[in-house]
Amino acid sequence: MTSSVGALPRLQHTGRVTQARLFLSEWTKLRSVRSTVWSLLVAVVFTIGLSALVPAVRMHHLRPGEHIDNPLELTLAGIQLAQLAIGVLGVLVISAEYSTGMIRATMTAAPKRLAVLWAKAVVYGLTVLALMVPAAFIAFFIGHAILQPHGQAVAFGAAGVVRALVGAGLYLTVIGVFGLGLGAIVRNTAGGIALFAGIMFVLPPLMNVLPTSWNNAASPYLPLQAGERVLQLQGGTLSPWEGFGILCCYTVAALAIAAVLLKRRDV
Amino acid sequence: MIEARNLTKRYGDKTAVSDLSFTVKPGIVTGFLGPNGSGKSTTMRLILGLDAPNSGDVTVNGKHYADYPAPLHEVGALLEARSVHTGRSAYNHLLTLAQTHGIPRPRVDELIELVGLESVARKRAGQFSLGMGQRLGIAAALLGDPDVVILDEPVNGLDPDGIRWVRDLLKALANDGRTVFLSSHLMSEMSLTADHLIVIGRGRLIADASVDEFIRRHSKNIVRVRSPQADEIAAGVAGADVTVTPLTPGVLEIEGLVAEQIGELAAKHGYVLHELVQQQVTLEEAFMDLTQGELEFHAHSQLEEAAAA
Repeated sequence: MTSSVGALPRLQHTGRVTQARLFLSEWTKLRSVRSTVWSLLVAVVFTIGLSALVPAVRMHHLRPGEHIDNPLELTLAGIQLAQLAIGVLGVLVISAEYSTGMIRATMTAAPKRLAVLWAKAVVYGLTVLALMVPAAFIAFFIGHAILQPHGQAVAFGAAGVVRALVGAGLYLTVIGVFGLGLGAIVRNTAGGIALFAGIMFVLPPLMNVLPTSWNNAASPYLPLQAGERVLQLQGGTLSPWEGFGILCCYTVAALAIAAVLLKRRDV
Repeated sequence: MIEARNLTKRYGDKTAVSDLSFTVKPGIVTGFLGPNGSGKSTTMRLILGLDAPNSGDVTVNGKHYADYPAPLHEVGALLEARSVHTGRSAYNHLLTLAQTHGIPRPRVDELIELVGLESVARKRAGQFSLGMGQRLGIAAALLGDPDVVILDEPVNGLDPDGIRWVRDLLKALANDGRTVFLSSHLMSEMSLTADHLIVIGRGRLIADASVDEFIRRHSKNIVRVRSPQADEIAAGVAGADVTVTPLTPGVLEIEGLVAEQIGELAAKHGYVLHELVQQQVTLEEAFMDLTQGELEFHAHSQLEEAAAA
């Protein structure tokens, strides 16, 4: 370290804070922290890895003459784990800024605040989409290669398959942004993760305490159940895109609440 | 130029800043002084628009901070609490801030060099010592070449070498004609760095004066006297404007008279003096006195309120 004092070199002013510049800044933030890289790697590795493991185990235990009715579900089993990693990372993208104090630097650089929230959501969402759509397709072809010799595979060209694979990527994207919205509301990592896991994984079994007719009426509209319709081939209460649309509504609502709070609360 | 007018900020039922008004002028270093918890950091957060005041207003060069389309070119700030993601390298931290304003990468390298962090720029900021963290914070503050520099306790955790470096840097920034506003709870540091002082206690303005004026106004004449006839001397000097404080048997502190007057009085009566010392009150003591008074005032008024209730 030096103790010599150079005067501060002057800088040509480079103009205003724009949404595009915030996209670039948020992209740098996302790629320059190890937890991001690890979480996304986990999501990809589980999605692809389980597409080999789960169908292989199932085929090993296949009874003679048995015909499985859910080959795509077996193939995409990794999505169940990927959604946890991606949702938790979504929470962290914003909550880690609060826990480390980085949010003060962020909000002094962009004091309009909302543009930062949009930039985070868009950059994180597009990153998840760019990784997980290809991961879903790779998972499909690996699973297909394992199921095909047993005559159990569903064809790539079969109705709904491409929709389900693109849908898997879209589903994880929106789940990630949903987590980000919850993180922005709670502004605390532990609280954000608890809220995300509560809504996604604790609420559905809790619905069983309701009278059956209520449960049957309400459960399809929960974020997890509604969203997962887009990567299922079998029919259900909601059509695939209706279900996905409902998940999007939850996400937009979470972001809207986060935006209002971001404007109102002290940083 | 920073102008605060009647700023008040409450957190729950705790008032952090109360009806605070002051002006920070360009071209000089203005010290913002107060004990820990007196509202300095809150005031700085209000200037930067991180927190909204309950009432009052604060502007930087005539505008609210949040209304600047490129705030890092106008105001650079180092906040007391660390404002760095611990998992990100110093270089990437500065880069994320630079990119919000389209500031080119070479500027990031320039600042890293200026604060002397070249050797650790690629290390995670979470591994930094307090002093290295402060240097990174100063680099972030100066990134956009701002007209106004706001630094909260910048010398915290710095070694003596680093402290001298910050002091010289701040003076150089003020000489460029920039507005430099720095807070500290250490009067001694301020007396070396600042030209002007704004002193607060319990969120209220206590003093707003040049450093010289502050010392002149708050320094007191205290003479320390050691004598076997201390009691007689105490009785002899007693008067309306004179305060005598016995320290230990045989030692007095006399306020309100100069050493010459006490010496002459002793000679006239034939008292023996073992010690006669004019004590210069330092800035540190003046500050302690002033803020202590403020604390006591509050403690008393709370007691009175309790008694009245």
